[in-house]
Amino acid sequence: MDLNYSPEELAFRDEVRSWLAANLPQELKDKGHLSKEELLRWHRILAKQGWVAPAWPKEWGGTGWTAVQRYIFEEELGYAGSPPVMPFGISMCAPVLLAFGTEAQKKRFLPRIYDGEDFWCQGYSEPGSGSDLASLKTKAIRNGDQYVVTGQKIWTSYAHYADWIFCLVRTDPTVEKRQEGISFLLMDMKTPGITVRPLMLMDGGHSVNEVFFDDVKVPAENRVHHENAGWTVAKYLLGYERMNTGRIGESKRELRKLKEAFSAKLHDVRFRDRLTRVEVELMALEITNLRFLDRMRRTGQPPGADVSMLKIRGTEIQQALTELAMQAADPAAQETQALERRYLDMRKTTIYAGSNEIQRNIIAKMTLGL
Amino acid sequence: MNFDYNEEQQLLADSVRRFLQKDYDFEARRKIVSSPEGWSERVWSTFADMGLIGLPLSPDYGGFGGGAVDLMSVMEAFGEALVVEPYLPTLLAALAIAKSGDAKQKQSILPLVAQGKMRLALATGPRGVMGAPMADKIVFSSGRKLRVLDRKDLQLKPHRTLDGLGAADIALETEITSPLLDEVLDFGAALSCAEAVGAMKFACDTTLEYLKTRRQFGVPIGAFQALQHRMVDMFISYEQAKSMACLACSKIDSHENAADRARAVSAAKIKIADAARHISQESVQLHGGMGMSEELKVSHTFRRLTALGRRFGDADQHLARFASL
Repeated sequence: MDLNYSPEELAFRDEVRSWLAANLPQELKDKGHLSKEELLRWHRILAKQGWVAPAWPKEWGGTGWTAVQRYIFEEELGYAGSPPVMPFGISMCAPVLLAFGTEAQKKRFLPRIYDGEDFWCQGYSEPGSGSDLASLKTKAIRNGDQYVVTGQKIWTSYAHYADWIFCLVRTDPTVEKRQEGISFLLMDMKTPGITVRPLMLMDGGHSVNEVFFDDVKVPAENRVHHENAGWTVAKYLLGYERMNTGRIGESKRELRKLKEAFSAKLHDVRFRDRLTRVEVELMALEITNLRFLDRMRRTGQPPGADVSMLKIRGTEIQQALTELAMQAADPAAQETQALERRYLDMRKTTIYAGSNEIQRNIIAKMTLGL
Repeated sequence: MNFDYNEEQQLLADSVRRFLQKDYDFEARRKIVSSPEGWSERVWSTFADMGLIGLPLSPDYGGFGGGAVDLMSVMEAFGEALVVEPYLPTLLAALAIAKSGDAKQKQSILPLVAQGKMRLALATGPRGVMGAPMADKIVFSSGRKLRVLDRKDLQLKPHRTLDGLGAADIALETEITSPLLDEVLDFGAALSCAEAVGAMKFACDTTLEYLKTRRQFGVPIGAFQALQHRMVDMFISYEQAKSMACLACSKIDSHENAADRARAVSAAKIKIADAARHISQESVQLHGGMGMSEELKVSHTFRRLTALGRRFGDADQHLARFASL
């Protein structure tokens, strides 16, 4: 048993770390809400370095890194306080195209995703279909070489920045097994009939939207995989790469900032002990994360359903840290407002990307056999 | 990075498990616990034959020079089977002698220990000395010296701990101090974490089995989401605890600076104490009335986990130590 990274992995971590120190613009660090320009600026810096899509095959611009290197890279980004690399193109649409897309689709979309020319968003949730995603109703009716799409998506992150959206739509409302009537469509956001309406959240920020589709005409060539096989595509994506859902690097950074900003508060034993318990949970989660990576490396298999525990605990830790920051800060001070906004904002983490309750359902069913 | 046990560690773990499954099932253990001695000499000599007792001792004294990670899987197996023999007390006292004893103490005691012919207890204070009633010698540090006294020369007031282990209050004239023992006690704390992880595994496994077999309202109770989510949380607690046991044992073996080691051990103890409480309480609750029953092993695992959460310092003590480092 050896919990340490190999000398090569440590050298790689140092390389990433010093590159970030030299290339991550100060003004982009720790920024809560980023403009499209800011997100693209960071995307292009990474693309220029060749690091924007590490998990892709080398021929399309991937780095050929091992799973451990990819994990280290992600953690270092988080630890450095870098902006997120928008996942919708790089780590959602692209893997789907690579696995199910036609050559023409790959050639058309992948280079533009890599270069940041197309900003993507994801059209999954609907007003009546959240956790129960397979109940979705946005319909796409085949008409010659087109689909005509009508319906509504909700909670669509960055739809207001997006050039393209990938959507799950209902192409067959008659099938008994509703998962079998869903298709995966790519749509140009400039297509007539698409309307984006902002949804303001309680932290005052605008990152999610409602997207309305009113007789939107989509070329049939924009369907990925077979008609009515969209659920297979969605499921593939769920199991794709979930090694960084614990957000270890990001939480380590938040913990460090918390200790630095409120060092005097650490003499308050009640506060100190609460903080220590969160710190210990984070230490444990980092090792649990490494154990998943080690298992993946050893078996050559993608992680099992139990990897959901990284998302559950990781988001709980993220939230606990914002709560501790709120507790430590002077409630009357103006600079506390940023912490308060972050506290409000981070409540989303246990809800998005499959709520933590859904993650527990997944473990109960798939791992524990309940 | 590699979380596997190596081949030797795996073989050892397998043979320990095989022995415990065959000769130390719940019934066999019950007989041992209810015997006047409260431990089994036959089991003890099997442990010695398997090389378990000499494992962490130097080959100079008939041992194998193993570390905490080598002992992890043994301790996990002991935790699953709820072993009551005074293994850890003997090991820790022997390690204290190996580290701080004089040549005569080492030569006269350690080979006998490795052969299973002598049991020891390590006193860090006069009260509740673990393993003392069945020990041949009591080891303690006084000033800068390690002292070894025959148990039969001492006045003992023996009792059983909550989880069925022998312990005793000892009347000693000399004052006990423990500056020599920090490292040994951290070793013990780390191993107790591994033991707790084994007990947690049993508690989780047996509770999951119960959820799948116990039927109410016409369905297995595991069909109810209220129970599913609680079971999942137990499972996550177990995995998190296991991660920390790995960390603590690895840090012990890496012989880095003492503060790093102590910090890792305290962090592990905090997590293990919290997880032991969570898992033990939930395992009883999800068993319903049956969980309270003396007849089910899970109630005895409850006792072991409750005791382990407090042994080598409880969560509060380790929270304080973690913060001081």
